[in-house]
Amino acid sequence: MANRTALYDSHLQAGAKMVDFGGWDMPINYGSQIEEHNKVRTDAGMFDVSHMTVVDVQGEGSKAFLQYLLANDVAKLKTPGKALYSGMLNVDGGVIDDLIVYNMQDGHAHAWYRVVVNCATREKDLAWMTTQSHGYSVTITERPDFAMIAVQGPNAIAKTCAVLGEPKASVIQSLNVFQGLPADDWFIARTGYTGEDGLEIMVPNEQAPAFWQQLIDGGVAPCGLGARDTLRLEAGMNLYGSDMDDSVSPLAAGMGWTIAWSPEDREFIGRDVVAAEKANGPAMKQVGLVLETRGVLRGHQKVIVANVGEGEVTSGTFSPTLGYSIALARVPAATAEVAQVEIRGKLHDVKVVMPPFVRNGKQVF
Amino acid sequence: MSEIPTELRYLSSHEWVKVEDGVATIGITAHAQEAMGDLVYVEMPEVGTELAAGDEAGVVESVKAASDIYTPVSGEVIEINGDLEEAPETVNSDPYGAGWMFKVQIADESELENTLTADEYQAQIEDE
Repeated sequence: MANRTALYDSHLQAGAKMVDFGGWDMPINYGSQIEEHNKVRTDAGMFDVSHMTVVDVQGEGSKAFLQYLLANDVAKLKTPGKALYSGMLNVDGGVIDDLIVYNMQDGHAHAWYRVVVNCATREKDLAWMTTQSHGYSVTITERPDFAMIAVQGPNAIAKTCAVLGEPKASVIQSLNVFQGLPADDWFIARTGYTGEDGLEIMVPNEQAPAFWQQLIDGGVAPCGLGARDTLRLEAGMNLYGSDMDDSVSPLAAGMGWTIAWSPEDREFIGRDVVAAEKANGPAMKQVGLVLETRGVLRGHQKVIVANVGEGEVTSGTFSPTLGYSIALARVPAATAEVAQVEIRGKLHDVKVVMPPFVRNGKQVF
Repeated sequence: MSEIPTELRYLSSHEWVKVEDGVATIGITAHAQEAMGDLVYVEMPEVGTELAAGDEAGVVESVKAASDIYTPVSGEVIEINGDLEEAPETVNSDPYGAGWMFKVQIADESELENTLTADEYQAQIEDE
């Protein structure tokens, strides 16, 4: 039987259509994916993201371990609660997973960290982290006791504060973008996967259904994984397994900005291979594609760049905010401003743009 | 359970067909639109196209996926529902009415014997 989050019954009660997602029974929508999408862009929506894997890395070696494990550098996390997006690379420079790591320093002698990785990659991630931790004084502890609810949209923070009241509202109002702090036995972060302001809230499983109901009563719309995908794609954010995987370099997946090259003597897994690729000039790059005429770009469609070569759409969809189709694609590095995509045997002209497509409700390319 | 009108015939690929005066009107079922989610694009055959039973006649695309539309009967396309170009969501809201897709002048009525009754279609989607 598939895994169920603490909110499974809440989803059924809200009329969710459930689907299998990485071994979990998750809501794909509660009626209309487009209405849910628009709710997040204009007001406030929420997602059950409890299927994601929360891992605490503790012990005096935790900083040195994560500096070795991750392509981005946790030494950048100077304030308590500050978060960092990073790839976790293999020795060939491919992306094992993308993740967010929070600095959990709370006045104790040693910093510790909370890492959030994907759900479909859980087992390989935990196995890899454990193997690589040999020689470091760290403990790696999964936190299945947490449910996680992402509340996203221009009114997300105000509505969540109204529902929670003090003292949690004060903690929320103190958060900078990309920062998370504990509040009682919860952990509240100002992060997300939609291109809107909002929160990702870790709440003990047994408290999750009541909090979910309070949010509904407070005017926050339940949204499914369908809307989550169109929102993240408009925001130009990668989806692991579609836009990159173990065989794809971060340089070919729009993740170059997440690699901390300095200090030069920091050895992290995959550094040699990716550094050599960078020095030689990567063969492929990630771009955004826009199809303003009719039709929908989809993952795996072929991209043809005249006189340059071929690439592939890694994820594509209809953009509810823009009213036409957008995609992320991996194309030859020399690709300029136009390309063609093959849809059901026909070539369609597309514009090549720099993602993101939408931020804070507005077109940005 | 999705609505399956008894007066229509069905294809296992989730199209419905209504026959009146030798003309077949074709659309997709309530079950099909529900499975696809919000439709954003409907591609239809051109008026005048000669189709053979089982041919791909068009495509519906939702936010999630694309799906081919097949014709259950041979014949010439005599009309398409042009309103769907601007309002593909009509297929979600009224799949058996305003969401119809195209009409074919039936060349051979005996081909309709290969379609499913409402009960047969219901049994099929219950098995899925």
